[in-house]
Amino acid sequence: MKKFTSFKNYINYSVIGLITVVCVILSLSGVLKASTAILLEEIAIKIMLAVSLSLVVGFLGELSLGHAGFMCVGAYLGGKVAAILAAPLGNGILTLVAALAVGGICAGVCGFLIGLPALRLKGDYLAITTLAFGEIVRTIFLNTSEESFGGPIGLATPRFNKEWFYVICFVMVLITLFVIQNLIRSKHGRAIKAIRDNEIAARATGINVTRYKLIGFILSAVFAGLAGVLYSYTKFNVSSQIFDYNYSIEILVIVVLGGMGNINGSIVSAVFVTFLNRELANILTGNLAVLKDIIYAVILIAIVIYRNAPALKGFREKYNIKQLFSKKKAAQESSEEAVKEEN
Amino acid sequence: MAEVKKIYADDGREIVLKADHLCIQFGGLKAVDNVNLEIKKGELYGLIGPNGAGKTTVFNLLTGVYKPTLGRFYLCGEDLTGKTPAEMNKKGIARTFQNIRLFNNLTVIENVMVGLANQIPCNLVQSVFRLPRHKKSEKEYYERALELLKVFNLDEYKDYLAANLPYGKQRKLEIARAMATNPKLLLLDEPAAGMNPNETQELMDVISFIRKEFDITILLIEHDMRLVGGICEKLTVLNFGTELAVGETSEVLNNPEVIKAYIGE
Repeated sequence: MKKFTSFKNYINYSVIGLITVVCVILSLSGVLKASTAILLEEIAIKIMLAVSLSLVVGFLGELSLGHAGFMCVGAYLGGKVAAILAAPLGNGILTLVAALAVGGICAGVCGFLIGLPALRLKGDYLAITTLAFGEIVRTIFLNTSEESFGGPIGLATPRFNKEWFYVICFVMVLITLFVIQNLIRSKHGRAIKAIRDNEIAARATGINVTRYKLIGFILSAVFAGLAGVLYSYTKFNVSSQIFDYNYSIEILVIVVLGGMGNINGSIVSAVFVTFLNRELANILTGNLAVLKDIIYAVILIAIVIYRNAPALKGFREKYNIKQLFSKKKAAQESSEEAVKEEN
Repeated sequence: MAEVKKIYADDGREIVLKADHLCIQFGGLKAVDNVNLEIKKGELYGLIGPNGAGKTTVFNLLTGVYKPTLGRFYLCGEDLTGKTPAEMNKKGIARTFQNIRLFNNLTVIENVMVGLANQIPCNLVQSVFRLPRHKKSEKEYYERALELLKVFNLDEYKDYLAANLPYGKQRKLEIARAMATNPKLLLLDEPAAGMNPNETQELMDVISFIRKEFDITILLIEHDMRLVGGICEKLTVLNFGTELAVGETSEVLNNPEVIKAYIGE
């Protein structure tokens, strides 16, 4: 294998750490605009969502369309805890930690509950179940009373009114990456990928499929819940409207765009999609606003075609970023092809 | 803990697998009807029969994919009837599949490392927080997997994706992965299917070698009579789910009933 502590394994931590440090320096020197800080928070939350969904979709190989549901649970319960504790404890780190703990654990419990049917359901059926779960969660919070979770008005949360909140968001991104990446790059991760590749063979090789599917769903839900808590901290008011299935699909799009089972890809595409959404919203104002979704969709379709269309295979191989960086890997791949053709 | 009482044959050799009146019924179809097996330690036992005779179903019973409608079976005296596939594997029954089932998007060495996972403990917390136990176990997986790959002459392909291996080597990798789980009994489902004569010969050598090297008992389904006649010591012939003949390879293959079932009159 690779050396056990090669730099490659830590490149995404380093890049994100570096970006955070640069942003902190910029904000201390007053260059960083408040709007950019908000964008950074948004990006961090999207990265957490994408990386956690990638665990289920990319590594475990189960299609989940209810990721926004887990986020919703985290946002509402974490937000509520924060609202309650803000008075006695103050709106500080302590409250945030408590909110994160409650939001993460509650989302994790939901992940466990949705993981149970996942043991019996396959493909499309599981997708429908998770989709329904997301909608149910959203509807429940929509129909709560005003005193409990705000109902249609939304839950009033104590916005963390510090410009440096994005630093906390990025720390959470690093924690997410640490846990999920270390899991994937261990024997447990190999077992999870083995289940994706061939469940029957995985069972016959002694893998406890039930256990690993539940671990996958629970961990994925926990981090989605944590992202939800952070989301509630960036708003004054959490409304269940945004956690609809479009939001789940958007996270799925990020994961697919970044490449299934590719964490770094998910990160890059989370940044890209968030930017794209925002820039399109900025550029297209007034009557042109309707074009936003169309342009967004066209760009996504173009990327998916570019990545997968057989007709473009030659083009991709000619201009492959990976090959430009590592000639050695390209050489190995071509020799693999040769062995395959030989037979 | 159920009582485990080892069973011995008349000649004093331990019986690794004893199947007692195994039956399974799918609706009105008796896919396997009253099959008995007695496989001694170190034996290479063949299970043959025409298409649809129920050979793979017997394998699926022995590996927990199906639960027998009737009958029980014992591995080294321990009753394993009704256990799940993963438990069956932990108890010491490993298998390969008729249509190759590898973890295609994992590398060759990772495929074997998956097989080793139950042998060296390392829990989730140790892995996620990269405690010393994790590093130690990963190193051990890697080294032991590499050793196994060397036995199967696959070590030069260790970093290839399993899907990119040629067919014959995929078959070998499947056996290597099964061996990684440290089985007492290895079930091979048509290992020579689709292989050319050279590859079949190579496979026969590998099977003989691992049998000696790992002191393992093998139950084999095969259509290739050259392979069956060449390496199997005893045979059971199945036809329409029932036993047609049982005995030493040479006598079974000359049995007129068996010839009739296979070739016709």
